[in-house]
Amino acid sequence: MADITMTIDTSGMACPMPIVKTKLAINKLESGQVLELISTDRGSKTDVPAWCESTGNPLISEEERDSKFVYLIEKA
Amino acid sequence: MAEHDDPGRMTILCWSGDLDRIWPQFILATTGAAYGMQVTMFFTFWGLFAIKKPEVKVTGTNWMTKMMSVMNQENLSHLNVGGVGPKMMRTLAKQHNVAPPEELIGLSQELGVELWPCQMTMDLMGLKRDDLLDGLGEPAGAAAAVAAMQKSQINLFI
Repeated sequence: MADITMTIDTSGMACPMPIVKTKLAINKLESGQVLELISTDRGSKTDVPAWCESTGNPLISEEERDSKFVYLIEKA
Repeated sequence: MAEHDDPGRMTILCWSGDLDRIWPQFILATTGAAYGMQVTMFFTFWGLFAIKKPEVKVTGTNWMTKMMSVMNQENLSHLNVGGVGPKMMRTLAKQHNVAPPEELIGLSQELGVELWPCQMTMDLMGLKRDDLLDGLGEPAGAAAAVAAMQKSQINLFI
């Protein structure tokens, strides 16, 4: 399990907030640090991998936990 | 070259001030900025109503601009939604946790989205720089908008 540097909980927020909040959080991290993103938006299942691929920030893991989606994203 | 090396540019021509247009304008702008894209929004005609200060009423300066302003609404909460009541739309959006336009406008500025008001339509509607929100770009014209579009991979007219 990667060390988590920062966690953001976007539970209850709809598109595009999970991605927008992710971008703002990633901006604050150093390269190699890991962001944990929590979302209840089902659209995040396609949005987060798409955003990670396009921005080059590796998606380390994604899982569903208590009907929430949890992502670990490493800052490139 | 990998996609993320140059996220590119996005330009959105914001022509409508209806709530159901303002939402996609700002949702796509903030999302583009989240991708690291350089996003420019050009507000023209009724699009300007999204970026005026809430307390500013558009009254027009002559018969024509008065006509234009009659076709408008006074602030974001009163904006038309393609015939559907804005209150109903807002209630629905709230139930589904969609961020209100005011929040998306603030976020777009925080993300570095450039918001350019159109000088020509500002004149047409009798809007002054002080009537618009703080932190906007310099009022610009169609040539500046086209120049931005020329450099953009994604251009939208909403």
